[in-house]
Amino acid sequence: MMTAIHDSILMGLFGGVLCLLVILTVIGRVLKRRHDSNISRSTIDNFNAQISAWWKMCVVLALALVVGRIGSLVLFGILSFLALREYLTLVPTRRGDHRTLFWSFFVIMPLQYCVLGFQLYIVLAIMIPILACIFIPTSIAIAGDTAHFVERAAKIQFGLMVCGYCLSHACALLQLKIPGFEGHPARLLLYLGIVDQMNDLLQYVWGKLIGKNKIAWRVSPDKTWEGALGGLVSATALGTLLWWATPFTPLQSAGMSFTICILGFAGALVMSAIKRDIGIKDFGAVVERRGGILDRIDSLCFAAPIFFHLVRYYFAR
Amino acid sequence: MSEGIHPIASLLAAVARGITGVQVQWAGCEPDERQRIYFANHTSHLDFVVLWSALPSEIRARTRPIAAKDYWEETSLRRYLAENVFKAVLVERGAISKANSHEEPKHARRSLIEDMAAALGDRNSLILFPEGTRGTGEKVGEFRGGLYHLGLRRPDIEMVPAHMENMNRILPKGEYLPVPMLSLLTFGKPIQVEPHENKDCFLERAREAVSSLRRIGPA
Repeated sequence: MMTAIHDSILMGLFGGVLCLLVILTVIGRVLKRRHDSNISRSTIDNFNAQISAWWKMCVVLALALVVGRIGSLVLFGILSFLALREYLTLVPTRRGDHRTLFWSFFVIMPLQYCVLGFQLYIVLAIMIPILACIFIPTSIAIAGDTAHFVERAAKIQFGLMVCGYCLSHACALLQLKIPGFEGHPARLLLYLGIVDQMNDLLQYVWGKLIGKNKIAWRVSPDKTWEGALGGLVSATALGTLLWWATPFTPLQSAGMSFTICILGFAGALVMSAIKRDIGIKDFGAVVERRGGILDRIDSLCFAAPIFFHLVRYYFAR
Repeated sequence: MSEGIHPIASLLAAVARGITGVQVQWAGCEPDERQRIYFANHTSHLDFVVLWSALPSEIRARTRPIAAKDYWEETSLRRYLAENVFKAVLVERGAISKANSHEEPKHARRSLIEDMAAALGDRNSLILFPEGTRGTGEKVGEFRGGLYHLGLRRPDIEMVPAHMENMNRILPKGEYLPVPMLSLLTFGKPIQVEPHENKDCFLERAREAVSSLRRIGPA
């Protein structure tokens, strides 16, 4: 995908993101050095952790742009594999699930990316939601252990949906052919990433500034209605301003950004609920040191497939 | 025994580390070149390779596993892996319990302990799974007596408990294809046989030393 490097708008946008990151990194370092500031230690550590996570995401994105079409499939395939590994390490499974899990890792997940590579979009849409949904309970039933049967099938299915189906749709953006926008699908991935991550950040900032009414304090103590709405409005505005980098008109860009923000919010909330449910304290740190991919993709995972299908339905071909 | 690590052993160790994504914690002691007996819970065929690969390479070259003769001499591939690749010390499983049940004289037990003591020599370390067989991973099973007798025979050597988590989910007993989940290996505080401590007492203490390492959060 040499076109990515010659795409001056893409490079400009990406360059802008990197400049912003450099500035944020410097701010983070300065805050860490100065002990007299009235911001708490943990807030500064969180801030720095978030910045280093963004650097990692930029590295992955840059890699996806330079390694070409097949390379990007392999790269996202590896990410999906590692994410599923983290998820299934955290979620309790039983001895009877062993072979089903083996199939999930080594057959279903690679198949998903092969189907994407051959651009068989109908198969892509039904692979995990329908075919895996039939295969998994069947395979668990064959293993013969009926205890917690529905729960076990649902856990594995959900893992494949989030780590396989949803994440692969971020990669699928790079495969799109849009009339009048040929050779620039990477901008769509960058657009999705910027709007989604800025929504996260702005939700947090607005929440700190004017947040009062908690949405679901048991699930995510930081999330407030004020923060969510503030984030939604400001990130949608930001996304609208980026219309020039996309095939959208400003109004369409506003609609797309709005959708991404709503879904980003839903994704983050659901992943928090899962973490609370499985009690991350047992294995959380192990997963964290091995990349913490699950934490990075939480808000992206719901937005990616919907954004992809909207763009494909209205703009592609 | 020739010095150095067999290339196939290094390869298998790398593969096992990749599959299990193991994170190693030295919670009760530091890696050390002194002679030691590492003893751990046993739930998977990957246990030994993962524990062994977690040791620094200069220690690894001098650390040998204790393995069951009946299993590892069954096929020529297993025999090759045990004897040539990992330089395992193959022992009769159950020699101790047989010795206790009056069917065979005590020399069976004595030769088992002598074999292990000879393998230790004056510079080697051993890896031992005192449960004697792979468990389900739910709890650490009862320990067999070899650890106690070896501890009496060589009181100068530290015995380091280790606990491996999730290995039973990665490659459980009876399966031959691994599922690549993440695992955790924790080394605990070394123990020794106390003066006048009886066998059951010590074995229970050793078992407790292993099972208490379960789910120690990373520091």
